[in-house]
Amino acid sequence: MTISRRSFCKKSLLIAGGLVIPLSALELFDPKRLLAEKNDGNKTRWVFLVDTHKCVGCGFCVKACKIENDIPYDANVTRTWVERYVITKDGKTHIDSPKGARDGFPTSSIDIGHGKMEQIRDEEIDKAFFVPKLCNQCDNPPCVQVCPVGATYQTADGVVLVDREWCIGCGYCIMGCPYGVRFFHPVHHVAEKCNFCYHRITKGMQTACVDSCAFGARRIGNLKDPDDPVTKVIMTERVNVLKEEYGTKPQVFYLGLTKEVK
Amino acid sequence: MKSHVWRPLYVVLVIIALVLVAREVLVPDDFGIGERGYMYGWHRPSNEQQWKDVKVKYRTAEYCKECHREKYDEIKTSPHANINCENCHGPALGHPDDPKTLDTDRSRELCARCHFRLEYAASGRGKIRGIDPKTHNPGLDCVICHWPHDPRKEGHKQ
Repeated sequence: MTISRRSFCKKSLLIAGGLVIPLSALELFDPKRLLAEKNDGNKTRWVFLVDTHKCVGCGFCVKACKIENDIPYDANVTRTWVERYVITKDGKTHIDSPKGARDGFPTSSIDIGHGKMEQIRDEEIDKAFFVPKLCNQCDNPPCVQVCPVGATYQTADGVVLVDREWCIGCGYCIMGCPYGVRFFHPVHHVAEKCNFCYHRITKGMQTACVDSCAFGARRIGNLKDPDDPVTKVIMTERVNVLKEEYGTKPQVFYLGLTKEVK
Repeated sequence: MKSHVWRPLYVVLVIIALVLVAREVLVPDDFGIGERGYMYGWHRPSNEQQWKDVKVKYRTAEYCKECHREKYDEIKTSPHANINCENCHGPALGHPDDPKTLDTDRSRELCARCHFRLEYAASGRGKIRGIDPKTHNPGLDCVICHWPHDPRKEGHKQ
């Protein structure tokens, strides 16, 4: 059989066109998609407020979080943790968080890893304080964006959740989070993270860490409610967020941050 | 025209059909775009309910108060008023049905979480009265001398 150039071009275009039709059948137009990208009319947007002046580093929040959320108690992973910052007169910043501060800070020495401790005398300290960390439930969550299977997602009220049945454990989200809040759950073998105790806040309760904080250093609130005391603080006081330059729009607000806090 | 020209097309069509069938079988019915849009909303909405159904373990002092009113009133009028029952007594989840599940921590280490003196003036820790556990009655439980529900009172005498 001979085939002319014209007919070859015609037939290849026909085949290419024929291939495109079933491919387009993979995705039908969904009006919900357009609607979803419009401004939401939700009444709730969960946000968190941390007052670093008030935190004393007792670690009750970490203990409560691990028990409440079934994170193996002795495994070195935790949904929330407390960091200690000790800034000395020589300009150095010492940071530690032994066991995520699950047992508080049982010594004045700084844990510098590999079982070594660094002793710092009280006279050398310029300032020292504690900073609780947890998931920032970002408005632009990079961890959600990188999930290849749709196992992690953001709910209408702003909380980022992980679908344990759908997660394949690829770990992209763990690498994608600039705040390092994600880890592998040692039992379920899926990505795990703080979800603002979604089972508590949706029942009108506070998160376990907020309930266990004796000093009011941690508070949760609804940003869409102008009368919420947390919203009032965020709107009227000098609050800051972590790693703003990443453009993730984090929704955990801090009072009393300094430039040393990363 | 000979069939070997069309054969690749059939193969591709069969592959696409297989992918569509597999997709129909594997993807949950409710999987789709949620309220947070195309970029952040892909999920299985029934999973939200699964997270909401997680059991609450820390039931807060309001729950303890229902039976232990006198203990509640004692601590809430003491300098320890800000501490919740479950911080020291453990989560109330199985209580009172299964008393063993209440895991009360009476250790020195528990008290030291706040009362181990750290000279951190920039944080609330520096304002808490504290001791050095190495020199302050080592080996003894704090609750022998200090009553945790009201630290102004004397503790358990053995």
